[in-house]
Amino acid sequence: MTSAKEFDDEQGVSLWQDAWVRLQHNRLALLGMGVLIFMIVIALITPWIVPYSYEEQDLMLGAAPPSMAHWLGTDVLGRDMLTRVMYGGRVSLMVGFIATGVALLIGVVYGAVAGYVGGRVDAAMMRLVDILYALPFMIFIILLMVLFGRNMLLLFLAIGAVEWLTMARIVRGQVLSLRQQEFVEAAISIGLSPWTIIRRHIIPNTLGPVIVYTTLTIPSVMLLEAFLSFLGLGIQPPQSSWGLLISYGVETMEEYPWLLIYPGLTLSIALFALNFLGDGLRDALDPKASKD
Amino acid sequence: MSILEVNNLTIRFYTRNGVTTAVDDISFSVEEGETLAIVGESGSGKSVSCYSLLGLIPQPPGRIDGGTALFNGKDLLQCTDSEMRAIRGNEIAFIFQDPMTSLNPFLTIGEQLLEPLIYHRQYTRQAARLRVYEVLEEVGIKDPIKRFDCYPHEFSGGMRQRVMIAMALIVEPKLLIADEPTTALDVTIQAQILDLIKNLQKKYAISVIFISHDLGVVAGIADRVLVMYQGKIVEQGLADDIFHDTQHDYTKRLLASIPDGPKLRPAPEVEKPFLQVDHLKTYFQDSSVSIIKRLLSPSSANNDNQFIKAVDDVSINVNRGEIVGLVGESGSGKSTLGRSILQLVPVTEGKVEFDGVDLIGLNPSLMKKQRRRMQMIFQDPYASLNPRMTVFDTLAEPLLYHGLATKKDVSEKLYTLMDEVGLARSHIRKYPHEFSGGQRQRIAIGRAIATKPELIIADEPVSALDVTIQAQILELILELVDAHDLTMLFISHDLSVVRYISDRVIVMHHGKIVEAGKTEPLYAAPQHDYTRSLLAAIPVADPRREQLSS
Amino acid sequence: MLRFILSRLLQAVPVLLVVITVTFFLIHSVPGGPFSADRAVAPAVMKALNAQYKLDLPVWQQYTSYVGDLLTGDLGPSFKYPGRSVNEMIYAGLPNTVELGFYAMLVAVCIGVVAGVIAALKPNTKQDYIPMSLAMIGICMPSFLLGPLLVLVCGIWMDWLPVSGWGDIPGDKILPALTLGSAYAAYIARLSRGGMLEVMSQDYIRTARAKGLSEWVVVLKHGLRGGLIPVTAFLGPAFAGLLSGSFVVETIFQIPGLGRFYVQAAFNRDYTMIMGTTIFFSTAIIFFNLFSDVLATWLDPKLRQQFQGGK
Repeated sequence: MTSAKEFDDEQGVSLWQDAWVRLQHNRLALLGMGVLIFMIVIALITPWIVPYSYEEQDLMLGAAPPSMAHWLGTDVLGRDMLTRVMYGGRVSLMVGFIATGVALLIGVVYGAVAGYVGGRVDAAMMRLVDILYALPFMIFIILLMVLFGRNMLLLFLAIGAVEWLTMARIVRGQVLSLRQQEFVEAAISIGLSPWTIIRRHIIPNTLGPVIVYTTLTIPSVMLLEAFLSFLGLGIQPPQSSWGLLISYGVETMEEYPWLLIYPGLTLSIALFALNFLGDGLRDALDPKASKD
Repeated sequence: MSILEVNNLTIRFYTRNGVTTAVDDISFSVEEGETLAIVGESGSGKSVSCYSLLGLIPQPPGRIDGGTALFNGKDLLQCTDSEMRAIRGNEIAFIFQDPMTSLNPFLTIGEQLLEPLIYHRQYTRQAARLRVYEVLEEVGIKDPIKRFDCYPHEFSGGMRQRVMIAMALIVEPKLLIADEPTTALDVTIQAQILDLIKNLQKKYAISVIFISHDLGVVAGIADRVLVMYQGKIVEQGLADDIFHDTQHDYTKRLLASIPDGPKLRPAPEVEKPFLQVDHLKTYFQDSSVSIIKRLLSPSSANNDNQFIKAVDDVSINVNRGEIVGLVGESGSGKSTLGRSILQLVPVTEGKVEFDGVDLIGLNPSLMKKQRRRMQMIFQDPYASLNPRMTVFDTLAEPLLYHGLATKKDVSEKLYTLMDEVGLARSHIRKYPHEFSGGQRQRIAIGRAIATKPELIIADEPVSALDVTIQAQILELILELVDAHDLTMLFISHDLSVVRYISDRVIVMHHGKIVEAGKTEPLYAAPQHDYTRSLLAAIPVADPRREQLSS
Repeated sequence: MLRFILSRLLQAVPVLLVVITVTFFLIHSVPGGPFSADRAVAPAVMKALNAQYKLDLPVWQQYTSYVGDLLTGDLGPSFKYPGRSVNEMIYAGLPNTVELGFYAMLVAVCIGVVAGVIAALKPNTKQDYIPMSLAMIGICMPSFLLGPLLVLVCGIWMDWLPVSGWGDIPGDKILPALTLGSAYAAYIARLSRGGMLEVMSQDYIRTARAKGLSEWVVVLKHGLRGGLIPVTAFLGPAFAGLLSGSFVVETIFQIPGLGRFYVQAAFNRDYTMIMGTTIFFSTAIIFFNLFSDVLATWLDPKLRQQFQGGK
């Protein structure tokens, strides 16, 4: 919409730029972001940089503590832990991002429609959310996983089905309060069509909380997957995720503690990074804190 | 005898973005039994200086960088925490601006009123209760025994402020500091509260510091006046001197900004109906009524219990080229009427004829064409602009959408627009949060006139602005109405502003029209009781006239 | 208030019905019966078993007969352990899970609220950073990680606390309760910090200070009521979370509780056991949600009056 600069116009500072500046002051959030980017990059290039292949076993070696040859040690079958942790990361992160994406899509559309249309439709839609919220989802997921086998797709859908509810609530709350803002009324009085209003006025102002919440949903989803895998209900071998590795580690934790500690540590670090980043984003994008 | 003596008080705020000097070396005193008014616009430092006396400003980032404040011989700024707590609410009491948020919503008012007595005077709960009943009666709250156990949300704004006053005066302090106590109240309630404060002050011989931006209110209540601007005191003296023998330029500007008297421009001679509203009804569902009740009762518009009748059978006419003022207090329905005319809220019943076309039920594409011709200026300059769009985007949107400009020539048109509303061209790429309130309102006005509309509905366009900025924006509006031959419906609760700008006036109360007519005759001789009480309550910025009427 | 509770109870019934129905049909839609996973059974034995467990009836009939039994409180016999009924097994495991949940909730609320309030009183100082960093650890270290680590450190390496059993050795309840409760303590700490920060910046707190009240009174009497509202809203989901967390904690610490039974039942395809525990858990969650809603409504005078008979 903006055309080229003319007449030496002063460049304004948008709220996004403002938020970015504020984020930069938050060292923990920057650290989190850095760690996250590092982990994502590693996960992407894992197949090319692993020291050993995934299935390579060394039965003579058995479970060995960390050494120069195997930085994180080996498991009971002599497989390199570093490799296993890296591959596990790929799966865990992928589940995290994809399942969150599912929840995001459903939640945002549902919440935006409910918030914008308002009235009875909104009341009905939110009633449904309330009812679903009261259901013991964890129990259903466990049931689903047990009964229908551990299908990756099912896993994504099941996890996404739990998380979209809160996203819908947040988006609907934002849209509802935005709709009553005077600049939206102004847009209506100019004669803009509802779709234009949603696109240019409502969505840009909803992005903030959505971004924050998405960043905080990913760790939640990863925890959920790890939980299921720990119980034996999530990812199944030959694939592995951090949760699965942790469950193996627990079995032999007295004799071979490193099998528990390293996957556990990596999972925790990933969660820390995401949470710090999410918190930092929330503080940075908070309209109350912006210049008034 | 001075009860409070402030000398060389300086307060600065140290934030990441720099240091601001909120209060710059001010000195003043308050005599026993007198009312000192501190007048200023936002940012003048009037509130900060008084809050600092009781240690109520957040000390990082604020810092008292110098000065003394002697109260009965003791320097307030040097007090220890426990000394300060003994003085707060006991010897010096505070009343705050917003009675809605200043009372704890989780405790009964009785409980909140007991506290000063129990903590400062060691009353037992029983004895304190009796005293609370007495004080509640005194401030005009009937049925104190029952009201004792009520929560703040069960009271109206005016009643809540009475509770705050009761809470402040219950231990008979020596000094009362009132920070804009009537600014959030309707004009008729304001008059009652001001009377109450005056009477209680005489009865208990209290000294009062009254902070306000409203010179009319100040004229009625102050013995001496202090004018502050950007942290400094620019003028102080007896009330009469300040108003009639003004020394400083800023004070003169302040007084000149108050709309006083009739509109200077003539009304259009030929009466051609342009906007005709017929038996308009806008009802809303009362959401506090339970779902069961709603389902069980018939949904006709006559069912009183479940509807809020914001606009209740209103018919008005606006002629081409005239400015009609729509006046009322909060809840009168004036804003809803404005929005109903522009079809921003769904209308329940009635007709809105704009230049012969009935807007109600008009199909969307025809409506879009009509929308080009009628626009709205909103009250809140902060909320009426999309914070994520630059000035360019906001102003260009209506032009490009209605095809009144192409991407090539829109810049040129926008620069002309900005000139017209008094904004610097170089600011066109900035975002709303980088402007002041008055500038934002100019942007909003620019957006409203961009499509060259014929009718503008202005909903409290200057109510959120400082009085000197108000005057500028009102002048701008009058210029634009002249230059573009606009017809305007000017909605406001401020009777002086309405008088200054309108050819005709319509008075609303509880959703109905109570009186209507040409401005001057109506102001001179109001017919309806409500109009009379409304006009009588307007504070006049002249102590001689104000003191007479009390 | 009574009307509010009654109306919520009424609303809970259809939800419960949905849960029962969905679970029932989910289980019965899985290919293969409950016995097909086991070693090969002779057809005659299979027929006898099916008859005994009513599996030869059409699904709808099984459903109605099940619901009928439910109303009399009979959850049916266990599939996996012939001779034992589901009721019996639930009663065996229930007390332990309830106790574990109770202690965990106690840990969560007490530590969480205190930590959050302390942090909110001096934001952005050490008093804030330290509790909140500890809270972050609670959030980022899931119970199935924290538990084993605690077992390793406190039980095996340091030998400070017992690591299995429940009620057998004094002190064996400490680690499980801590493990289960710490994540929720962390969430509650953050919620109460947020709530308190919001409240402490309100005008009415300034009024309370202006009245000369001591800081204790301002925080505890004026601040807490509003500040803890987000916590009460969280209690319902927290309870549901504790319940599912118990699955893991009971497994790690070898506690014979309902959670562990549930997981085992799921793996063993013990239909009636799964149904029984699912219904049991769901009912408990629904009731607890009701409780937390009532609590939140009771704390806010505006809401309280809305439900006490309209305006």
